[in-house]
Amino acid sequence: MSVLDLARWQFAITTVYHFIFVPLTIGLSLVVACMQTAWFRTRNDVYLRMTKFFGKLFLINMAVGVVTGIVQEFQFGMNWSQYSRFVGNIFGAPLAMEALLAFFLESTFIGLWVFGWDKLSPRLHLATIWLTAIGTSLSAYFILAANSWMQHPVGYRIDPVTHRAVLTSIWAVLTNSTAINAWTHVFFAALLTAAVVMIGASAWNLARGKFTDVFRKSLRAGLALALGAGLAVAITGDLQARLMDSQQPMKMAAAEALYNTASPAPFSLITIGALNGDKEIWSVKVPYLLSLIATMDPNGTVQGINNVEKAYVKKYGPGDYKPYVPVVYWSFRLMVGLGLLAALFGAIGLWLTRRRQIPRSRWFYRAALGVVVLPYLASALGWIFTEMGRQPWTVFGVLTTSASVSNGVTSSSVIISMTAFTLVYAVLAAIAIRLAFAHIRNGAPEEVPAPSDSERPPVFSY
Amino acid sequence: MTLADFWFILIAVLWIGYFVLEGFDFGVGILLPVIGRSDAERRTLINAIGPVWDGNEVWLITAGGATFAAFPLWYATMFSGFYLALLIILLALIVRGVAFEFRSKVDDPRWRARWDLAIVVGSALPALLWGVAFGNIVRGVPINADGVFTGNLLTLLNPYALLGGLATLTLFALHGAVFLGLKTTGDLRDRSRAAGVRVAIAAVPIAAAFLLVSQVAHGNAWTDLTAAFAAAALLAGVAMLLRKREGLAFAGLAVTLLLAVVTLFGDLFPNVLPSTTDPAYSLTVANASSAHYTLVVMTWVALIFTPVVLAYQAWTYWVFRKRLRVTDFSVSSAGAVIRPGGHGDSGQRPGGPSPAARSGHRQATS
Repeated sequence: MSVLDLARWQFAITTVYHFIFVPLTIGLSLVVACMQTAWFRTRNDVYLRMTKFFGKLFLINMAVGVVTGIVQEFQFGMNWSQYSRFVGNIFGAPLAMEALLAFFLESTFIGLWVFGWDKLSPRLHLATIWLTAIGTSLSAYFILAANSWMQHPVGYRIDPVTHRAVLTSIWAVLTNSTAINAWTHVFFAALLTAAVVMIGASAWNLARGKFTDVFRKSLRAGLALALGAGLAVAITGDLQARLMDSQQPMKMAAAEALYNTASPAPFSLITIGALNGDKEIWSVKVPYLLSLIATMDPNGTVQGINNVEKAYVKKYGPGDYKPYVPVVYWSFRLMVGLGLLAALFGAIGLWLTRRRQIPRSRWFYRAALGVVVLPYLASALGWIFTEMGRQPWTVFGVLTTSASVSNGVTSSSVIISMTAFTLVYAVLAAIAIRLAFAHIRNGAPEEVPAPSDSERPPVFSY
Repeated sequence: MTLADFWFILIAVLWIGYFVLEGFDFGVGILLPVIGRSDAERRTLINAIGPVWDGNEVWLITAGGATFAAFPLWYATMFSGFYLALLIILLALIVRGVAFEFRSKVDDPRWRARWDLAIVVGSALPALLWGVAFGNIVRGVPINADGVFTGNLLTLLNPYALLGGLATLTLFALHGAVFLGLKTTGDLRDRSRAAGVRVAIAAVPIAAAFLLVSQVAHGNAWTDLTAAFAAAALLAGVAMLLRKREGLAFAGLAVTLLLAVVTLFGDLFPNVLPSTTDPAYSLTVANASSAHYTLVVMTWVALIFTPVVLAYQAWTYWVFRKRLRVTDFSVSSAGAVIRPGGHGDSGQRPGGPSPAARSGHRQATS
């Protein structure tokens, strides 16, 4: 494999892996902050136990998310030095802002939260988890603003002397419509991820009749959050689809395997196409639906891959501007389907647990555990879709992926690093999952009553 | 002074923050098995840096991000050129970071021993390699006309850079020992001080030699002065350690690291990465920096938010200013989720804190 292919594989592996941990960090930090707020307001011990139970789960997850995040920042320089030279003026700014404004915030205040249970007043201690949660969401915004600039570059010009991109408006970069949409979509996806983890962990304990006082509440909350966040993910995803149709028509066309421009355009449920992506062989379609999604008009025009390709050749010169259609097509559908399934489970679960009922069916609990993987898969597929769908560009319409890779780095170096990261990441995943399961099995034990407040052992420590 | 010059200074400030802060938590990791003899002792040492190590590491991430934004060409050439060295640093930081979080989650001596080893190696490797990296930055590396690094890993392992690596390794270890002397009591405090003195026997000559070689080969009048002050601060710090004044010793070490970074950046200026192939190919503050507007934006962001970060990090150190007692951590399974013997489901913490822990704890919370 060439350095380019290897560098792409490494980026895909490390990014998808990093993003296993990111959504739960964002979502669960907010959920834990809400639980602790509930305890602070009511002084009901159930909420304190819930806070500690999900708080510890959050920490196991966050540890891996934090350490794998450093790789992401370094990787641009290591494997994509030509990209870094070309975009550093613009792309570096949100990354540096993320570190200074968001990452310091979350890293410092999570330390205060973990170790400050008996050192800070309850009000101040509650503030530390909220600041951590704000830090994680803010962090996501800056990273998505950087990524959105690659999807839809704004606020820049190309310097005629250096032939590099130069920032002309930081405001345009930070308020990029693509960034705002991507952030809301990712934010709700993060809440959906937190929701299914609440559902899964609660269901495991409820099925064994353990700590029902805590886990019935957290199950209900998780189900409601899954439904609400799931619907919000769908709505923000729909808004994004319309933006994508105007900003990256090729990605929309590839997502639908729509080869020729159509008005009205049908939504394809299944399409078998030629792998080189220039014609369709067999498909099942819902009429008008794609036009409706892409343009809000059942008879709207949606451009096809072949037509967009022609326009791009005219605009950017001879070349192949099609992404690899089967991956884009299937990752898009599966992302949507799996996300909606998780939201649907939220609705069904809410019905089954109405009026203080606890479901008895073993199938409910099996399904509740199964539903946990859905948003994880959907998130991974979402990133694969949006990054693969942008190919052959790293910065859409401005810089190609093949012109981005490091010059001077050998394929053996990339093979070594890719192998090392993959192995270390696999071991870490196995350990983190084992610890998370062990923690869930321990449940949410009652607070050991201490004769006085000062006699508790350190609540959370290493 | 141009804006690019200002950003060169700011990046030096970020590295100062990183070396002064993460320097001591690397040192604690390196000396973990030397100072901590029992599990409870090692837990105490790890918990001494527990609330702050993660925040300390963000100085590195900020330095990386700021270099990307303000000097994209420096970032691109250095990160792709130092490829395998950075890979080792990244892997070490990954393993070390999860080790802190995971080591006490399973109540099993073998599990903990493995993570303790990860902490030692994960702290020592970056402590060594950051010095190697800075040695190479100051000395220069082979860079061609396109700004591409043309050497390999062995190019980076030259005697001067390795001396720099030993200097950071020993200085960080000493800094960590002094920090532990400041944060612990009784036996641990005595042992920290003794370990610090032993490390100092190596650290002082190595650091002095590195600064001397740096100044002879790359120095100028004013960095000769900062290098001399760095050496003086180091000697003063060690003297204070011998007199059991850990607070002043810690300040001495912090000033040493600060002035060492100032000296290296001063020697480097106006280059950011000199080319040993041809000085004309060197990356400089002027030719590697971002355009004016990006620097203006980032300057405002830095001027507003750096003081805020400094304020809340300083507050964190204030909150956790108390010395830690080993007895607070002798309840070995406080954080464990897996306990051999299947007591995981009991919902009861096995045992309670000892009376000594209670009184110690009362003081800590008051």
